[in-house]
Amino acid sequence: MSVVRIPTVLRAATGGQREVTVGGETVAEVLESLYAEHPAVRQQLEGSDGGLHRFVNIYLNDEDVRLLEWLETPVGPEDTLTILPAMAGGR
Amino acid sequence: MSQTYQELLAKAREHVPEIEVDELSRLLDDADGPLLVDVREQAEWDEGHIPGAVHVPRGFLESRIAGVAGRDREIVISCQSGTRSLLAARTLQDMGYESVRSLHGGFTRWKQGGRQVRVPTRLSDPQRSRYSRHILLPEVGEAGQLKLLESKVLLIGAGGLGSPAALYLAAAGVGTIGLVDDDVVDASNLQRQVIHTTERVGTPKGESAKATIQALNPDVDVRVHELRVNRHNVLDVIDGYDVIVDGADNFPTRYLMNDAALITRTPLVHASILRFEGHASVFMPYEGPCYRCLFPEPPPPDLAPSCGEAGVLGVLCGVMGNIQATEAVKLLLGIGDTLAGRLLVYDALGMTFTELRLRRDPACPACGEGGKPELRDYDAWCAGVGRHAAVAAQA
Repeated sequence: MSVVRIPTVLRAATGGQREVTVGGETVAEVLESLYAEHPAVRQQLEGSDGGLHRFVNIYLNDEDVRLLEWLETPVGPEDTLTILPAMAGGR
Repeated sequence: MSQTYQELLAKAREHVPEIEVDELSRLLDDADGPLLVDVREQAEWDEGHIPGAVHVPRGFLESRIAGVAGRDREIVISCQSGTRSLLAARTLQDMGYESVRSLHGGFTRWKQGGRQVRVPTRLSDPQRSRYSRHILLPEVGEAGQLKLLESKVLLIGAGGLGSPAALYLAAAGVGTIGLVDDDVVDASNLQRQVIHTTERVGTPKGESAKATIQALNPDVDVRVHELRVNRHNVLDVIDGYDVIVDGADNFPTRYLMNDAALITRTPLVHASILRFEGHASVFMPYEGPCYRCLFPEPPPPDLAPSCGEAGVLGVLCGVMGNIQATEAVKLLLGIGDTLAGRLLVYDALGMTFTELRLRRDPACPACGEGGKPELRDYDAWCAGVGRHAAVAAQA
């Protein structure tokens, strides 16, 4: 089981949970497990082509998975995935 | 065994190599040259010193040197005539500094050769008192404080992030603070925008912030830019500033500031906030990643609510704005490690700080190979990208 950190804009879709612990051995599998528990998250992360939106970054621990093996990046039980959407607020 | 002054000096001369002013002069032009440490007293330093020298009075040498140079750093010690520097260099050798030389003939011989001398602008007595806690820090000192007083920082927005950042930068004695804001103070701002006051509701934010800053620190020259930056005015607005602190509340301004910072090669201190969460980083043009390396495209509006729509914890602004102020001060002083190449994510509810690694994207449309920062109509661009993404999301 891996921990997925949920950013503030997605917490409405996870019932307010800041972290969700789900199974899966790759980034794609972990995301699928997350969508299975919280279906509304999928709509916010994926485009119509089923790919992740370009304005959403996913980090395995501190590294951008785009620089690893993208959705096929292996995820271990001690790993944390961080979902990071762009935010613009300053006021 | 007791030793006379002459014996101590002779012994130091045996162990400490000396360097002539001609050679030092050549080496100081080199970026990889030695660090020149002037060990004279404050009054001697104030009358003039060799440009580029660092001042560590002899009496503080042992306690302060570690904050100035590591043991493997090549060091030249100078004093007035070249004797105190021999003894000081000997002390550093005893402390494990391996490459230490003493300037033969000292500052006097340097000056006799007609070489350039820097006479420092001095802090006034009230300034010495006001900034005493900074001056005590070896990493800042009087020279650093003078540097801050000569520095210019531009704040985009005098709001949630800009308020605390402006207050602390002003208190720190940043000599010129520019404020870009075209809004007026609203009662709903006061929960977090601590630079404004209840009685100034309805007045322009720039003017309100200026009044607070001037009451806090009269050393600061406040320049109010009562406008919204756009592609036509941005380069004029940021001209002459050393660091930009981005506290904007919208994506078009964020991308505009990123591209303008790249064009002018100005460091950009970034932070953004929403609800209980904050992001912060430092974008060093062409040295580290830029905002577009991190987020090449803005999200559609429904996935990126503003604080006005989604709310924000007031004190979160204080934390993130002051992280920005911290990074700005470090950049101005050239000390420490900034957030360049790192994104700090703060979750106030969990009280966690998470660091994510950011890297330059070789394919970045702004700073990558073949990329070019280009000022454009960002409102239309963000709306276009956002609409495209929103349609894709609904399809």
